[in-house]
Amino acid sequence: MNVPANLKYAKSHEWVRSEADGTVTVGITDHAQDLLGDLVFIELPEVGKVLAAEQEAAVVESVKAAADVYAPLAGTVVEVNQAAADAPESVNQDAYAAWLFKLKPANAGDVDALLDAAAYTATVDAA
Amino acid sequence: MTQKTVLNETHRRFGAKMVDFGGWDMPLHYGSQIEEHHAVRRDCGMFDVSHMCAVDLSGPDAKTFLLRLLANNVDKLQAPGKALYSAMLNEAGGVVDDLIVYYLSPGEYRVVINAGTAAKDLEWMAARLADWKMDVGLRPRRDLAMIAVQGPQACARVWQVLPETRGASEALKPFFAAVVGDCFIARTGYTGESGFEIALPAEHADALWQALADAGVAPCGLGARDTLRLEAGMNLYGQDMDESVSPLDAGLAWTVDLAAARDFVGKAALLEHGQRKQFLGLLLEDRGVLRAHQKVVTAQGEGEITSGSFSPTLQRSIALARLPLGVAVGDSVSVEIRDKRLAARVVKPVFVRNGASQLA
Repeated sequence: MNVPANLKYAKSHEWVRSEADGTVTVGITDHAQDLLGDLVFIELPEVGKVLAAEQEAAVVESVKAAADVYAPLAGTVVEVNQAAADAPESVNQDAYAAWLFKLKPANAGDVDALLDAAAYTATVDAA
Repeated sequence: MTQKTVLNETHRRFGAKMVDFGGWDMPLHYGSQIEEHHAVRRDCGMFDVSHMCAVDLSGPDAKTFLLRLLANNVDKLQAPGKALYSAMLNEAGGVVDDLIVYYLSPGEYRVVINAGTAAKDLEWMAARLADWKMDVGLRPRRDLAMIAVQGPQACARVWQVLPETRGASEALKPFFAAVVGDCFIARTGYTGESGFEIALPAEHADALWQALADAGVAPCGLGARDTLRLEAGMNLYGQDMDESVSPLDAGLAWTVDLAAARDFVGKAALLEHGQRKQFLGLLLEDRGVLRAHQKVVTAQGEGEITSGSFSPTLQRSIALARLPLGVAVGDSVSVEIRDKRLAARVVKPVFVRNGASQLA
Protein backbone atom coordinates (compact mmCIF):
# COMPACT_ATOMS: atom_id res chain seq x y z
CA MET A 1 0.00 0.00 0.00
CA ASN A 2 1.37 3.37 -1.07
CA VAL A 3 1.04 5.87 1.83
CA PRO A 4 3.54 8.76 1.45
CA ALA A 5 5.06 9.81 4.79
CA ASN A 6 4.96 13.55 3.96
CA LEU A 7 1.12 13.70 3.83
CA LYS A 8 -1.66 13.72 6.41
CA TYR A 9 -4.75 11.52 6.16
CA ALA A 10 -8.40 11.24 7.18
CA LYS A 11 -9.81 7.84 8.14
CA SER A 12 -12.38 8.32 5.33
CA HIS A 13 -9.44 7.84 2.89
CA GLU A 14 -8.53 11.42 1.90
CA TRP A 15 -4.93 12.64 1.82
CA VAL A 16 -4.01 16.22 2.79
CA ARG A 17 -0.91 18.22 1.89
CA SER A 18 -0.10 21.54 3.60
CA GLU A 19 1.02 24.19 1.11
CA ALA A 20 3.35 27.14 1.70
CA ASP A 21 0.50 29.63 1.17
CA GLY A 22 -1.48 28.20 4.08
CA THR A 23 -3.97 26.23 1.94
CA VAL A 24 -4.27 22.43 1.96
CA THR A 25 -4.55 20.17 -1.09
CA VAL A 26 -6.94 17.19 -0.84
CA GLY A 27 -7.20 13.96 -2.82
CA ILE A 28 -8.17 10.32 -2.26
CA THR A 29 -5.61 7.76 -1.18
CA ASP A 30 -4.12 5.03 -3.32
CA HIS A 31 -5.96 2.53 -1.12
CA ALA A 32 -9.28 4.29 -1.87
CA GLN A 33 -8.76 4.25 -5.63
CA ASP A 34 -7.79 0.58 -5.43
CA LEU A 35 -11.02 -0.24 -3.56
CA LEU A 36 -13.14 1.66 -6.06
CA GLY A 37 -11.53 0.34 -9.25
CA ASP A 38 -11.56 2.19 -12.57
CA LEU A 39 -12.87 5.72 -11.95
CA VAL A 40 -15.16 7.14 -14.63
CA PHE A 41 -16.67 10.29 -13.09
CA ILE A 42 -15.67 12.94 -10.57
CA GLU A 43 -17.95 15.68 -9.26
CA LEU A 44 -15.95 18.51 -7.73
CA PRO A 45 -17.19 21.15 -5.27
CA GLU A 46 -17.80 24.76 -6.33
CA VAL A 47 -14.99 27.21 -5.64
CA GLY A 48 -16.06 29.39 -2.71
CA LYS A 49 -18.09 26.66 -1.02
CA VAL A 50 -17.68 26.64 2.77
CA LEU A 51 -17.36 23.12 4.14
CA ALA A 52 -17.55 21.76 7.67
CA ALA A 53 -15.13 19.02 8.69
CA GLU A 54 -16.39 15.62 7.48
CA GLN A 55 -18.97 17.27 5.20
CA GLU A 56 -19.44 15.72 1.73
CA ALA A 57 -17.23 17.70 -0.63
CA ALA A 58 -16.91 15.69 -3.86
CA VAL A 59 -18.09 12.43 -5.42
CA VAL A 60 -15.91 9.88 -7.18
CA GLU A 61 -17.60 7.16 -9.21
CA SER A 62 -16.06 4.00 -10.57
CA VAL A 63 -17.72 1.60 -12.98
CA LYS A 64 -18.83 -0.26 -9.88
CA ALA A 65 -19.89 2.34 -7.31
CA ALA A 66 -20.17 5.96 -6.20
CA ALA A 67 -18.25 7.20 -3.14
CA ASP A 68 -18.35 10.50 -1.27
CA VAL A 69 -15.16 12.43 -0.65
CA TYR A 70 -15.31 14.34 2.64
CA ALA A 71 -13.66 17.57 3.71
CA PRO A 72 -10.87 16.40 6.05
CA LEU A 73 -11.12 19.70 7.92
CA ALA A 74 -13.34 22.80 7.94
CA GLY A 75 -12.54 25.39 5.29
CA THR A 76 -13.39 27.19 2.07
CA VAL A 77 -12.82 25.66 -1.38
CA VAL A 78 -10.28 27.89 -3.14
CA GLU A 79 -9.43 25.78 -6.19
CA VAL A 80 -10.53 22.54 -7.90
CA ASN A 81 -8.58 20.25 -10.22
CA GLN A 82 -10.66 20.22 -13.41
CA ALA A 83 -7.98 18.10 -15.12
CA ALA A 84 -8.78 15.23 -12.74
CA ALA A 85 -12.52 15.56 -13.44
CA ASP A 86 -11.79 15.52 -17.17
CA ALA A 87 -9.63 12.38 -16.84
CA PRO A 88 -10.86 10.39 -13.81
CA GLU A 89 -8.45 7.55 -14.68
CA SER A 90 -5.60 9.88 -13.65
CA VAL A 91 -6.63 9.22 -10.02
CA ASN A 92 -6.17 5.48 -10.59
CA GLN A 93 -2.80 6.11 -12.20
CA ASP A 94 -1.43 8.33 -9.41
CA ALA A 95 -3.81 9.18 -6.59
CA TYR A 96 -1.28 11.52 -4.97
CA ALA A 97 -0.66 13.57 -8.13
CA ALA A 98 -4.31 13.83 -9.21
CA TRP A 99 -5.56 16.05 -6.40
CA LEU A 100 -9.26 17.02 -6.23
CA PHE A 101 -9.60 20.36 -4.41
CA LYS A 102 -7.76 22.91 -2.25
CA LEU A 103 -9.14 24.33 0.98
CA LYS A 104 -8.30 27.44 2.97
CA PRO A 105 -8.63 25.96 6.48
CA ALA A 106 -10.94 27.69 8.95
CA ASN A 107 -8.39 26.92 11.66
CA ALA A 108 -4.76 26.58 10.65
CA GLY A 109 -4.09 24.06 13.44
CA ASP A 110 -6.71 21.53 12.29
CA VAL A 111 -4.33 19.84 9.88
CA ASP A 112 -2.12 18.74 12.79
CA ALA A 113 -5.02 16.71 14.22
CA LEU A 114 -5.21 14.51 11.10
CA LEU A 115 -3.65 11.04 10.92
CA ASP A 116 -0.03 10.60 9.91
CA ALA A 117 0.97 7.87 7.46
CA ALA A 118 1.55 5.24 10.14
CA ALA A 119 -1.78 5.92 11.85
CA TYR A 120 -3.67 5.85 8.54
CA THR A 121 -1.98 2.58 7.56
CA ALA A 122 -3.02 1.14 10.92
CA THR A 123 -6.70 2.09 10.37
CA VAL A 124 -6.68 0.45 6.92
CA ASP A 125 -4.99 -2.68 8.24
CA ALA A 126 -7.52 -2.91 11.07
CA ALA A 127 -10.50 -2.67 8.70
CA MET B 1 -20.62 -20.30 3.87
CA THR B 2 -18.92 -18.90 0.79
CA GLN B 3 -18.77 -21.30 -2.14
CA LYS B 4 -15.85 -21.56 -4.52
CA THR B 5 -15.63 -22.71 -8.11
CA VAL B 6 -12.92 -25.16 -9.10
CA LEU B 7 -11.07 -22.19 -10.65
CA ASN B 8 -10.78 -20.25 -7.37
CA GLU B 9 -7.04 -20.87 -6.97
CA THR B 10 -6.54 -20.17 -10.68
CA HIS B 11 -8.12 -16.72 -10.30
CA ARG B 12 -5.81 -15.92 -7.40
CA ARG B 13 -2.83 -17.05 -9.45
CA PHE B 14 -3.91 -14.62 -12.17
CA GLY B 15 -4.06 -11.77 -9.63
CA ALA B 16 -7.84 -11.46 -9.33
CA LYS B 17 -9.53 -9.14 -6.88
CA MET B 18 -12.15 -11.47 -5.39
CA VAL B 19 -15.64 -10.51 -4.20
CA ASP B 20 -18.71 -12.24 -2.83
CA PHE B 21 -21.35 -12.72 -5.52
CA GLY B 22 -24.55 -14.47 -4.47
CA GLY B 23 -22.64 -16.51 -1.90
CA TRP B 24 -19.78 -17.32 -4.30
CA ASP B 25 -16.19 -16.09 -4.02
CA MET B 26 -15.68 -14.79 -7.56
CA PRO B 27 -13.20 -12.59 -9.47
CA LEU B 28 -14.34 -8.96 -9.81
CA HIS B 29 -11.41 -8.06 -12.06
CA TYR B 30 -7.75 -8.94 -12.62
CA GLY B 31 -6.45 -5.36 -12.59
CA SER B 32 -8.73 -3.20 -14.74
CA GLN B 33 -12.40 -3.89 -15.34
CA ILE B 34 -12.43 -1.43 -18.25
CA GLU B 35 -9.47 -3.08 -20.02
CA GLU B 36 -11.17 -6.46 -19.66
CA HIS B 37 -14.34 -4.98 -21.15
CA HIS B 38 -12.40 -3.64 -24.15
CA ALA B 39 -10.60 -6.98 -24.59
CA VAL B 40 -13.96 -8.70 -25.13
CA ARG B 41 -15.27 -6.03 -27.53
CA ARG B 42 -12.03 -5.82 -29.54
CA ASP B 43 -10.37 -9.22 -29.24
CA CYS B 44 -11.25 -11.98 -26.81
CA GLY B 45 -11.84 -12.54 -23.10
CA MET B 46 -12.88 -15.42 -20.83
CA PHE B 47 -15.08 -15.70 -17.76
CA ASP B 48 -15.43 -18.39 -15.12
CA VAL B 49 -19.18 -19.05 -15.02
CA SER B 50 -18.92 -22.29 -13.05
CA HIS B 51 -20.98 -20.73 -10.26
CA MET B 52 -23.98 -21.07 -12.56
CA CYS B 53 -25.56 -24.50 -12.31
CA ALA B 54 -26.18 -26.93 -15.15
CA VAL B 55 -29.03 -29.32 -14.40
CA ASP B 56 -29.69 -32.35 -16.57
CA LEU B 57 -33.31 -33.42 -16.93
CA SER B 58 -34.05 -36.89 -18.20
CA GLY B 59 -37.09 -39.12 -18.39
CA PRO B 60 -40.17 -39.81 -20.46
CA ASP B 61 -41.95 -36.69 -19.15
CA ALA B 62 -39.04 -34.26 -19.58
CA LYS B 63 -40.55 -32.36 -22.49
CA THR B 64 -44.09 -32.26 -21.04
CA PHE B 65 -42.60 -30.97 -17.79
CA LEU B 66 -40.65 -28.15 -19.46
CA LEU B 67 -43.65 -27.20 -21.62
CA ARG B 68 -45.59 -26.56 -18.43
CA LEU B 69 -42.71 -25.17 -16.32
CA LEU B 70 -41.30 -22.50 -18.66
CA ALA B 71 -42.81 -19.34 -20.19
CA ASN B 72 -41.03 -19.93 -23.48
CA ASN B 73 -42.07 -22.93 -25.56
CA VAL B 74 -39.64 -25.87 -25.65
CA ASP B 75 -41.60 -27.15 -28.64
CA LYS B 76 -39.36 -24.71 -30.55
CA LEU B 77 -36.47 -27.11 -29.79
CA GLN B 78 -36.71 -29.65 -32.60
CA ALA B 79 -33.02 -30.11 -33.52
CA PRO B 80 -30.65 -31.71 -31.00
CA GLY B 81 -28.31 -29.10 -29.52
CA LYS B 82 -30.77 -26.21 -29.96
CA ALA B 83 -30.95 -23.77 -27.04
CA LEU B 84 -33.78 -21.53 -25.82
CA TYR B 85 -33.75 -18.63 -23.36
CA SER B 86 -36.72 -18.64 -21.03
CA ALA B 87 -38.12 -17.30 -17.79
CA MET B 88 -39.46 -19.69 -15.17
CA LEU B 89 -42.46 -18.03 -13.51
CA ASN B 90 -44.42 -18.39 -10.31
CA GLU B 91 -48.24 -18.52 -10.29
CA ALA B 92 -48.40 -14.73 -9.90
CA GLY B 93 -46.40 -14.35 -13.12
CA GLY B 94 -43.21 -13.20 -11.33
CA VAL B 95 -39.82 -14.44 -12.49
CA VAL B 96 -38.41 -17.27 -10.34
CA ASP B 97 -35.32 -17.32 -12.58
CA ASP B 98 -34.17 -16.88 -16.15
CA LEU B 99 -32.33 -19.76 -17.77
CA ILE B 100 -31.16 -21.41 -20.95
CA VAL B 101 -32.54 -24.82 -21.84
CA TYR B 102 -30.71 -27.08 -24.32
CA TYR B 103 -32.40 -29.98 -26.11
CA LEU B 104 -29.96 -32.88 -26.07
CA SER B 105 -31.99 -35.85 -27.37
CA PRO B 106 -35.53 -37.16 -26.91
CA GLY B 107 -36.25 -37.11 -23.17
CA GLU B 108 -32.93 -35.37 -22.38
CA TYR B 109 -32.53 -31.65 -21.70
CA ARG B 110 -29.98 -29.47 -19.90
CA VAL B 111 -30.94 -26.21 -18.20
CA VAL B 112 -28.40 -23.66 -16.94
CA ILE B 113 -29.67 -21.60 -14.00
CA ASN B 114 -28.25 -18.67 -12.03
CA ALA B 115 -25.87 -19.19 -9.11
CA GLY B 116 -27.76 -17.32 -6.41
CA THR B 117 -31.08 -18.94 -7.33
CA ALA B 118 -29.89 -22.51 -7.96
CA ALA B 119 -31.07 -24.04 -4.67
CA LYS B 120 -34.45 -22.29 -4.89
CA ASP B 121 -34.87 -23.31 -8.54
CA LEU B 122 -34.13 -26.97 -7.84
CA GLU B 123 -36.67 -27.00 -5.01
CA TRP B 124 -39.21 -25.29 -7.26
CA MET B 125 -38.67 -27.82 -10.06
CA ALA B 126 -38.83 -30.80 -7.68
CA ALA B 127 -42.06 -29.49 -6.16
CA ARG B 128 -43.70 -29.04 -9.58
CA LEU B 129 -42.62 -32.57 -10.56
CA ALA B 130 -44.29 -33.90 -7.43
CA ASP B 131 -47.46 -31.79 -7.99
CA TRP B 132 -47.76 -32.97 -11.55
CA LYS B 133 -46.74 -36.57 -10.81
CA MET B 134 -44.21 -36.60 -13.62
CA ASP B 135 -41.25 -38.90 -14.12
CA VAL B 136 -38.18 -36.74 -14.70
CA GLY B 137 -34.73 -37.10 -13.13
CA LEU B 138 -33.12 -33.79 -12.01
CA ARG B 139 -29.34 -33.98 -11.85
CA PRO B 140 -27.38 -30.85 -10.85
CA ARG B 141 -23.98 -31.05 -12.54
CA ARG B 142 -21.64 -29.54 -9.94
CA ASP B 143 -19.02 -31.90 -11.41
CA LEU B 144 -18.79 -29.54 -14.40
CA ALA B 145 -16.93 -26.25 -14.73
CA MET B 146 -18.09 -23.63 -17.24
CA ILE B 147 -15.88 -21.13 -19.06
CA ALA B 148 -17.32 -18.48 -21.41
CA VAL B 149 -14.94 -17.32 -24.16
CA GLN B 150 -16.30 -14.19 -25.84
CA GLY B 151 -15.23 -11.64 -28.43
CA PRO B 152 -14.52 -11.31 -32.15
CA GLN B 153 -11.49 -13.66 -31.85
CA ALA B 154 -13.14 -16.09 -29.41
CA CYS B 155 -13.90 -18.88 -31.87
CA ALA B 156 -10.41 -18.78 -33.43
CA ARG B 157 -8.74 -18.95 -30.00
CA VAL B 158 -10.92 -21.83 -28.82
CA TRP B 159 -10.11 -23.79 -31.98
CA GLN B 160 -6.43 -23.06 -31.49
CA VAL B 161 -6.55 -24.47 -27.95
CA LEU B 162 -9.13 -27.23 -28.53
CA PRO B 163 -8.60 -28.19 -32.19
CA GLU B 164 -10.60 -31.39 -31.74
CA THR B 165 -13.76 -29.30 -31.12
CA ARG B 166 -13.47 -27.34 -34.34
CA GLY B 167 -15.30 -29.74 -36.65
CA ALA B 168 -18.42 -29.79 -34.50
CA SER B 169 -18.37 -26.22 -33.22
CA GLU B 170 -17.56 -24.47 -36.50
CA ALA B 171 -20.90 -25.61 -37.93
CA LEU B 172 -22.84 -24.36 -34.90
CA LYS B 173 -25.31 -21.59 -35.51
CA PRO B 174 -25.91 -19.11 -32.67
CA PHE B 175 -27.84 -20.69 -29.81
CA PHE B 176 -26.80 -24.25 -30.67
CA ALA B 177 -24.53 -26.59 -28.71
CA ALA B 178 -22.56 -29.73 -29.49
CA VAL B 179 -20.99 -32.46 -27.37
CA VAL B 180 -17.36 -33.18 -28.26
CA GLY B 181 -15.76 -35.84 -26.06
CA ASP B 182 -16.26 -34.58 -22.50
CA CYS B 183 -16.79 -30.94 -23.59
CA PHE B 184 -20.23 -29.40 -24.04
CA ILE B 185 -19.65 -26.41 -26.29
CA ALA B 186 -22.41 -23.86 -26.95
CA ARG B 187 -22.57 -20.76 -29.14
CA THR B 188 -24.12 -18.67 -26.41
CA GLY B 189 -22.95 -15.84 -24.19
CA TYR B 190 -23.80 -12.78 -22.15
CA THR B 191 -21.76 -10.05 -23.81
CA GLY B 192 -23.28 -9.24 -27.22
CA GLU B 193 -20.20 -10.70 -28.93
CA SER B 194 -19.74 -14.04 -30.64
CA GLY B 195 -18.10 -16.88 -28.76
CA PHE B 196 -18.63 -20.09 -26.87
CA GLU B 197 -19.65 -21.25 -23.45
CA ILE B 198 -17.81 -24.47 -22.65
CA ALA B 199 -18.85 -26.92 -19.95
CA LEU B 200 -16.22 -29.51 -19.09
CA PRO B 201 -15.22 -31.82 -16.24
CA ALA B 202 -14.10 -29.64 -13.34
CA GLU B 203 -10.70 -31.34 -13.11
CA HIS B 204 -9.79 -30.08 -16.61
CA ALA B 205 -10.86 -26.46 -16.06
CA ASP B 206 -7.55 -25.08 -14.78
CA ALA B 207 -5.62 -26.53 -17.73
CA LEU B 208 -8.11 -25.06 -20.23
CA TRP B 209 -8.01 -21.65 -18.51
CA GLN B 210 -4.22 -21.62 -18.58
CA ALA B 211 -4.10 -22.75 -22.22
CA LEU B 212 -6.58 -20.05 -23.27
CA ALA B 213 -4.57 -17.43 -21.36
CA ASP B 214 -1.39 -18.63 -23.07
CA ALA B 215 -3.20 -18.21 -26.41
CA GLY B 216 -3.86 -14.55 -25.54
CA VAL B 217 -7.39 -14.74 -24.13
CA ALA B 218 -7.81 -12.09 -21.40
CA PRO B 219 -9.15 -13.33 -18.03
CA CYS B 220 -12.22 -11.20 -17.24
CA GLY B 221 -14.13 -10.76 -13.99
CA LEU B 222 -17.72 -10.16 -13.04
CA GLY B 223 -17.23 -6.39 -13.32
CA ALA B 224 -16.63 -6.53 -17.07
CA ARG B 225 -19.31 -9.19 -17.43
CA ASP B 226 -21.82 -6.73 -15.96
CA THR B 227 -20.89 -3.74 -18.17
CA LEU B 228 -20.80 -6.00 -21.26
CA ARG B 229 -24.25 -7.45 -20.64
CA LEU B 230 -25.60 -3.98 -19.82
CA GLU B 231 -24.33 -2.59 -23.14
CA ALA B 232 -25.85 -5.64 -24.87
CA GLY B 233 -29.19 -4.91 -23.15
CA MET B 234 -29.35 -8.30 -21.44
CA ASN B 235 -31.27 -8.68 -18.20
CA LEU B 236 -29.59 -9.60 -14.92
CA TYR B 237 -31.71 -11.66 -12.54
CA GLY B 238 -32.22 -10.01 -9.16
CA GLN B 239 -31.55 -6.62 -10.65
CA ASP B 240 -33.72 -6.15 -13.77
CA MET B 241 -36.35 -8.67 -12.68
CA ASP B 242 -37.21 -10.94 -9.77
CA GLU B 243 -40.18 -12.79 -8.31
CA SER B 244 -42.18 -9.57 -8.00
CA VAL B 245 -41.73 -8.55 -11.66
CA SER B 246 -43.62 -9.83 -14.70
CA PRO B 247 -41.48 -10.75 -17.70
CA LEU B 248 -43.79 -8.50 -19.75
CA ASP B 249 -42.63 -5.53 -17.64
CA ALA B 250 -38.95 -6.55 -17.82
CA GLY B 251 -38.48 -6.53 -21.58
CA LEU B 252 -38.86 -10.31 -21.82
CA ALA B 253 -42.16 -10.48 -23.75
CA TRP B 254 -40.20 -11.94 -26.68
CA THR B 255 -39.40 -14.97 -24.53
CA VAL B 256 -42.99 -15.58 -23.41
CA ASP B 257 -45.15 -17.73 -25.65
CA LEU B 258 -48.77 -16.75 -25.06
CA ALA B 259 -49.86 -17.79 -28.55
CA ALA B 260 -49.74 -21.57 -28.19
CA ALA B 261 -52.64 -23.42 -26.55
CA ARG B 262 -50.43 -24.99 -23.85
CA ASP B 263 -50.75 -23.85 -20.24
CA PHE B 264 -47.70 -22.91 -18.18
CA VAL B 265 -47.09 -21.67 -14.65
CA GLY B 266 -47.89 -17.95 -14.50
CA LYS B 267 -49.74 -17.80 -17.83
CA ALA B 268 -53.11 -16.95 -16.28
CA ALA B 269 -51.58 -14.07 -14.30
CA LEU B 270 -49.82 -12.68 -17.38
CA LEU B 271 -53.07 -12.79 -19.38
CA GLU B 272 -54.99 -11.16 -16.54
CA HIS B 273 -52.58 -8.28 -15.90
CA GLY B 274 -51.01 -7.76 -19.32
CA GLN B 275 -48.09 -5.37 -19.66
CA ARG B 276 -47.96 -2.60 -17.05
CA LYS B 277 -44.48 -1.13 -17.58
CA GLN B 278 -42.01 -0.77 -20.43
CA PHE B 279 -38.40 -1.85 -20.29
CA LEU B 280 -36.26 0.68 -22.15
CA GLY B 281 -32.74 2.07 -22.31
CA LEU B 282 -31.52 5.46 -21.09
CA LEU B 283 -28.57 7.53 -22.25
CA LEU B 284 -27.39 10.15 -19.81
CA GLU B 285 -26.94 13.49 -21.59
CA ASP B 286 -25.47 15.34 -18.60
CA ARG B 287 -22.28 14.26 -16.83
CA GLY B 288 -22.64 11.62 -14.13
CA VAL B 289 -23.34 7.92 -13.73
CA LEU B 290 -26.77 6.26 -13.82
CA ARG B 291 -27.27 3.61 -11.13
CA ALA B 292 -29.91 1.05 -10.18
CA HIS B 293 -32.86 2.41 -8.15
CA GLN B 294 -32.51 6.03 -9.31
CA LYS B 295 -35.87 7.63 -10.02
CA VAL B 296 -36.75 8.53 -13.61
CA VAL B 297 -39.20 11.40 -14.13
CA THR B 298 -41.17 11.26 -17.41
CA ALA B 299 -44.18 13.13 -18.81
CA GLN B 300 -46.16 9.90 -18.18
CA GLY B 301 -45.10 9.49 -14.54
CA GLU B 302 -42.21 8.02 -12.62
CA GLY B 303 -40.06 5.04 -13.49
CA GLU B 304 -36.98 3.40 -12.03
CA ILE B 305 -33.54 2.44 -13.26
CA THR B 306 -32.94 -1.28 -12.78
CA SER B 307 -29.30 -1.40 -14.00
CA GLY B 308 -26.99 1.50 -14.72
CA SER B 309 -23.28 2.12 -15.14
CA PHE B 310 -20.68 3.73 -17.31
CA SER B 311 -20.40 2.23 -20.78
CA PRO B 312 -16.70 1.74 -21.59
CA THR B 313 -17.52 1.32 -25.30
CA LEU B 314 -19.71 4.42 -25.63
CA GLN B 315 -17.75 6.44 -23.02
CA ARG B 316 -20.95 7.66 -21.38
CA SER B 317 -23.44 6.46 -18.83
CA ILE B 318 -26.25 4.09 -19.87
CA ALA B 319 -29.05 2.32 -18.04
CA LEU B 320 -31.93 -0.11 -18.30
CA ALA B 321 -35.15 1.18 -16.77
CA ARG B 322 -38.76 0.25 -16.11
CA LEU B 323 -40.82 3.18 -17.35
CA PRO B 324 -44.53 3.99 -17.57
CA LEU B 325 -46.49 2.90 -20.65
CA GLY B 326 -46.64 5.71 -23.19
CA VAL B 327 -42.98 6.73 -22.88
CA ALA B 328 -41.41 6.48 -26.34
CA VAL B 329 -37.90 6.03 -27.73
CA GLY B 330 -36.48 9.52 -28.27
CA ASP B 331 -38.28 11.10 -25.30
CA SER B 332 -36.34 13.38 -22.98
CA VAL B 333 -36.63 12.41 -19.32
CA SER B 334 -34.80 13.38 -16.14
CA VAL B 335 -33.07 11.18 -13.58
CA GLU B 336 -32.67 12.07 -9.91
CA ILE B 337 -29.02 11.66 -8.92
CA ARG B 338 -28.26 12.78 -5.38
CA ASP B 339 -29.75 16.30 -5.15
CA LYS B 340 -29.87 16.96 -8.91
CA ARG B 341 -32.11 16.18 -11.86
CA LEU B 342 -30.04 15.24 -14.90
CA ALA B 343 -31.21 14.98 -18.52
CA ALA B 344 -31.44 11.58 -20.22
CA ARG B 345 -32.81 10.29 -23.51
CA VAL B 346 -34.93 7.18 -23.93
CA VAL B 347 -33.43 4.65 -26.38
CA LYS B 348 -34.01 1.03 -27.36
CA PRO B 349 -32.53 -1.23 -24.68
CA VAL B 350 -29.61 -2.42 -26.82
CA PHE B 351 -26.52 -0.22 -26.80
CA VAL B 352 -23.69 -2.28 -28.32
CA ARG B 353 -23.61 -5.45 -30.44
CA ASN B 354 -20.59 -7.09 -32.06
CA GLY B 355 -18.36 -4.19 -31.07
CA ALA B 356 -20.58 -1.54 -32.68
CA SER B 357 -22.77 1.15 -31.16
CA GLN B 358 -26.47 0.54 -31.78
CA LEU B 359 -27.37 4.17 -31.12
CA ALA B 360 -28.95 6.03 -34.00
